[in-house]
Amino acid sequence: MPGLYVSGVALGALAIGAAMASLVRGPALAFVYPLSALAAVVLGVVDLQVLLSGSEAAIRLPIGLPTIGFHLRLDTLSAFFGIVINGGVVAASLYGMGFDRAKELTPRVEPLFPLFAAAMNLVLIADDAYAFLFSWELMSLASWALVVARHTDPECRRAAHLYLVMAAIGTVALLFAFGGLAGPAGGYAFDTVRAHRPQPMVAALVLTAALVGCGSKGGLIPLHAWLPLAHPAAPSHVSALMSGVMTKVAIYGFVRIAFDLLGPPDWWWALPPIVLGAMTAVLGLLYAVLDRDLKRVLAYSTIENIGVIFVALGLALAFSANAQHEAAAVAMAAALLHVLNHSWFKSLLFLGAGAILHATGRRDLDGLGGLIRRMPRTAAFFLVGALAISALPPLNGFVSEWLLFQAVIAAPALPQAALHFASPAIGAMLALAAALAAACFVRVYGTAFLGRPRSAEAAGAHDVPLAQQAAMGGLAFLCILGGLMGSVLAAALAPVLHKLVGGALPGPGSGPTPFSLIAFDPARSIYDAPVIALFVAIASLTTLIVVHRLSERRTRRGPAWDCGFPDPSPATQYTASSFAQPLRRVYGAAAFAARETVVMPPPGDIRPARFSVVVVDHLWRVFYAAPGQAVLGLSECLNVLQFLTIRRYLVLMFVTLVILLSIAAVTT
Amino acid sequence: MTHDLVVQFLAQGAQMTFVLLIAPLAVGVVRRVKARLMRRQGPPLLQAYLDLAKLLRKESVIAESASWLFRSAPYLIFALTWVAAALVPSFASGLMFNWAADVVALVALLGAARALLALAGMDVGTSFGGIGSSREMMIATLAEPAMMLIVVTLAIAAGTTRLAGVADFFIAEPFGVRVSLALSLISLVIVALAENARIPVDNPTTHLELTMVHEAMVLEYSGRHLALIEAASHLKLVLYLSLLICLFAPFGMAPATAGLSGWAIGLAAWIAKLLAGAVLLGVWEVSIAKMRVFRLPDFVGVAFVFGFIAILLAFLTRGVFA
Repeated sequence: MPGLYVSGVALGALAIGAAMASLVRGPALAFVYPLSALAAVVLGVVDLQVLLSGSEAAIRLPIGLPTIGFHLRLDTLSAFFGIVINGGVVAASLYGMGFDRAKELTPRVEPLFPLFAAAMNLVLIADDAYAFLFSWELMSLASWALVVARHTDPECRRAAHLYLVMAAIGTVALLFAFGGLAGPAGGYAFDTVRAHRPQPMVAALVLTAALVGCGSKGGLIPLHAWLPLAHPAAPSHVSALMSGVMTKVAIYGFVRIAFDLLGPPDWWWALPPIVLGAMTAVLGLLYAVLDRDLKRVLAYSTIENIGVIFVALGLALAFSANAQHEAAAVAMAAALLHVLNHSWFKSLLFLGAGAILHATGRRDLDGLGGLIRRMPRTAAFFLVGALAISALPPLNGFVSEWLLFQAVIAAPALPQAALHFASPAIGAMLALAAALAAACFVRVYGTAFLGRPRSAEAAGAHDVPLAQQAAMGGLAFLCILGGLMGSVLAAALAPVLHKLVGGALPGPGSGPTPFSLIAFDPARSIYDAPVIALFVAIASLTTLIVVHRLSERRTRRGPAWDCGFPDPSPATQYTASSFAQPLRRVYGAAAFAARETVVMPPPGDIRPARFSVVVVDHLWRVFYAAPGQAVLGLSECLNVLQFLTIRRYLVLMFVTLVILLSIAAVTT
Repeated sequence: MTHDLVVQFLAQGAQMTFVLLIAPLAVGVVRRVKARLMRRQGPPLLQAYLDLAKLLRKESVIAESASWLFRSAPYLIFALTWVAAALVPSFASGLMFNWAADVVALVALLGAARALLALAGMDVGTSFGGIGSSREMMIATLAEPAMMLIVVTLAIAAGTTRLAGVADFFIAEPFGVRVSLALSLISLVIVALAENARIPVDNPTTHLELTMVHEAMVLEYSGRHLALIEAASHLKLVLYLSLLICLFAPFGMAPATAGLSGWAIGLAAWIAKLLAGAVLLGVWEVSIAKMRVFRLPDFVGVAFVFGFIAILLAFLTRGVFA
């Protein structure tokens, strides 16, 4: 109980901070970031205490709608997501503390930052539909206002517009979901919802609505289009919050509805999240690997990770519907750990992108290069993030990926034929996504940090202030620690897993070492990150010592060899676009109808040859452009109705009345 | 107990040494077989060792634009590949640290080595480094899904993803022809060819600019760094050969409880099978030409399709539809 009060005080502090910040201008705004960091630390500590002790607390405030009130509850699930969110807020605030007080603070960003943080926390502890939707909308609007902060840029305005539309659609879908859950009696408090189980048909509708509502916030394909526009448009530390953390609130919403409120699952609930998630994972990365804007690549990769999490959640639903609690725990642990891991490395990468943007003023990969020499610390931290997000051991991304693969491998044991056939395909798609992620981040790192600078800005870059380095360094440290101590994190999740799927991973004591991560039982699958890391460390140190003893140690610096024809111009390097060319040829032709055309002038003509690539975004065409056209066309048609004579309006009203009356007569 | 632990430690150490020592020999055998089949004299069997020794004696020339990543990557790539190679059961199935990583983790360790190599290829900022890196990563995106399907098939058959467990299962099972495993074998062979940059995916012996993949990435390396990269690629070849042996021809491998004599037999069997595998690879390489880069999806796609059919057959044979 005291935990909830402490959280309340911290949330109040954030709200007051936001209000005060909206009254001041200029350097005085700087107080926002220490305040947010402090409040987030307090909230995170409370969440950690609740997660470890399992002590839940609930309260009903006499505000909001008169019949419902405003229920708040802090349980282990909220606490886990609270830790994820407040970790991201602390990192983003620390980064914000490094801003130049004189130049980089604006009243369009700083007052909204604590409000956004508070709204996300409020969603997690909301315990009735009204409180949930209220805080969800607050979160959407605060982040929307942050996206539109640079409103002079037409790109930004377009992104904000699309975001607002998609957020509205998502909220409407959630409204339907809670309507279905509440039933005809209208019990909107979550306790009342849990008490009765909806009809199968209603459950299907609720699940669909929840998938649309939460999926649109998380970027599930085909509801993703706003995300790669809006997330990069915000200031970088806000992008880190939106991509690393706000998408997790969307995951929280889906978990809360599908695993907690909706009651025991049916097996077919698993199919939509699994299928959509797998498609999202692969397509998200195909978009990412073809894009040339650093922040947009990161945003597309967020879409991929959300897809991976939805696959894991779908598998958890399938296993729990078949009462395979052990396997459900593996899948759920994969989902939750990926939520945590992604919040760390995606925040790290967005902060790194912010650092690059700050140092060079550029986001286009083809204008960067060679930053590893000019921004050595940022380069080192970014490398950790890039390797972690590529799911490479011994970093944290691989822990959740490994658990997910174990869950996929266990899926053929499910009794339903649809899930049988799906499981190998899902496994292959996830493996493809993992390999594409590695390709994508080798490309990003290789073009931005390695090689030679491709522009004057990149050549003159400098590393960012200490506070910003600290924010990135802390997250990089967490990525390494989370990779080595994955089993400890999984063990800490046990209460949440028990609550959601009725099982947990085998405890740390049952493996060969205390840090063995075990899926199912030790005879079946073990991944022991510390042992492997130790072996790699020993092997590389031995190699280093032996090679230095045995070999010629002289090292000479010389010009690059490049097969004998080195060209001093940095334009001869591989760019992000040229790196993507093989992938575009192999996958782009099928996914985006990508076509390359080369126009060669005839011999003797001195005009340069032209190369162009056409990429068609089918998803945008089908799901956005076409409905948009339809709405516009329809309103053109209906426009006629605005210029009728009064007689015709009267006739129309009369006809409507007759139709309504006849409907009423028929139905009664 | 402590005695056991010491023995197990020694066994693990022995395996790490064996794979390291035998790797250049396996490469030498492949080269020799290819040369003889082309009616050339060919290099001596131990040429690969001599090459490594020569490279270690040479000074290292590093491009001016190279960063610390370029210099440290060879050590990490070598260590990652070495550890991965040591985790595949070779002469005995129950070695001390075999349990630390299953097939999924093993593939990921190799993925980490590959990502580092691709980054090192881009570090100097030359056009060839980039061409190699981008193609290598493209090939990986084709090979990894196929590999995942093989893992799923094995897990369905043996009920575990631990390599030692799979090997024990195949040793214990009465030997019989299983179509699903045969398809997985073909699939894994194709993946192994792609991962090791062998013909028809890549040609390890040429420096023809437009077709090289692996060689393009390591073009800027020299001296001890090149020696490490070469040694790592030798180790990778032994790793995949051991993997094929461990999964599809585990006979002779000593079980976890075997004593020294069992290990000796296991070691002899493993070396014999490894060299046989190297001979087969040599024969394969002279009998087929290298493919164009953009025909690779078709070739590796075969591995993917076979992997899929193998899984469906595995479902059928397990009687899940009965």
